[in-house]
Amino acid sequence: MTQIVERTRLAVTVPAYWDGLYAPTKPSGPAAAAILAAGIGCFVMGLVTSIAAGVSGFSNAIAFVNPVGPLSGKSDIAIATYLVAWLVLYLVWRKKDINIGRVGTATLILVALGILGTFPTFFDVFVG
Amino acid sequence: MSLTDRELWTVIHGMGLGALFLLAFAGGLAGLWSLRPEFMTVGGLRERIPRLEIGTAVMAVVAWATVLTGTYVIYPWYRAAAQTSPKSLLLADPTKAAWHTFGMEWKEHVAFIAPILATAVAFVVIYYGPQLAREPRVRKLLITLFVIAFSAAAVAGIFGAFINKAAPTI
Repeated sequence: MTQIVERTRLAVTVPAYWDGLYAPTKPSGPAAAAILAAGIGCFVMGLVTSIAAGVSGFSNAIAFVNPVGPLSGKSDIAIATYLVAWLVLYLVWRKKDINIGRVGTATLILVALGILGTFPTFFDVFVG
Repeated sequence: MSLTDRELWTVIHGMGLGALFLLAFAGGLAGLWSLRPEFMTVGGLRERIPRLEIGTAVMAVVAWATVLTGTYVIYPWYRAAAQTSPKSLLLADPTKAAWHTFGMEWKEHVAFIAPILATAVAFVVIYYGPQLAREPRVRKLLITLFVIAFSAAAVAGIFGAFINKAAPTI
């Protein structure tokens, strides 16, 4: 009896996963938007970090939360840019198939540049 | 045996949230790596997909919680102008100054890479669901982003531990 109940339960639930696996492919646009936006967010974090190191006026201006200092502005700008980029790219690409290979390459380059921008040995070059 | 409020927040930030993210990484990586149709059974797929979706989503939330508590709770204590703040103590000692000028300066910025990439990974895992098993290029890209997110978090975590050893936030 237990086996019959278990088989019945599997028969009902398992095909849903196979249906999901073999359902028509979803457009890659929403995934590409999330991935590229993340690359943009990382790049902007590195960019504002390097700019703030070289331009003290900019660094002072982005100290949005006084106890945190310029880091609050750097992170806020990067996060805001990331979210806006994600929203815009999602709206533009949500029903499209985007070449995920190109998006991946662009994202990895942006992430690498972002990490470089946060590296002290790099951004210290810009310190006046 | 007791902890001050600052020590407690440091524990929550580093040993709680940060360590949880780093430890959960191995499980997430294994889940993404083995999500291939040739490895899948019906039962395996049924068991694995919800776990991967929940796991990556929780990791993204934990990564955000880690950087936000670090930035807005602990970092103000670290960088306070007082001569007894960790930053002041490190800069006052030439043998320890690099823990701030290199270690903290890199940690505080590169840490934000982790939650941004972890969020992208979680979104794509949830978006594709079971279909991720037949999207090898997407899956490989997610693995790469996941590894970068882990590496950024590891840099932040390792420097955080050493800096807190050199100049504790108490």
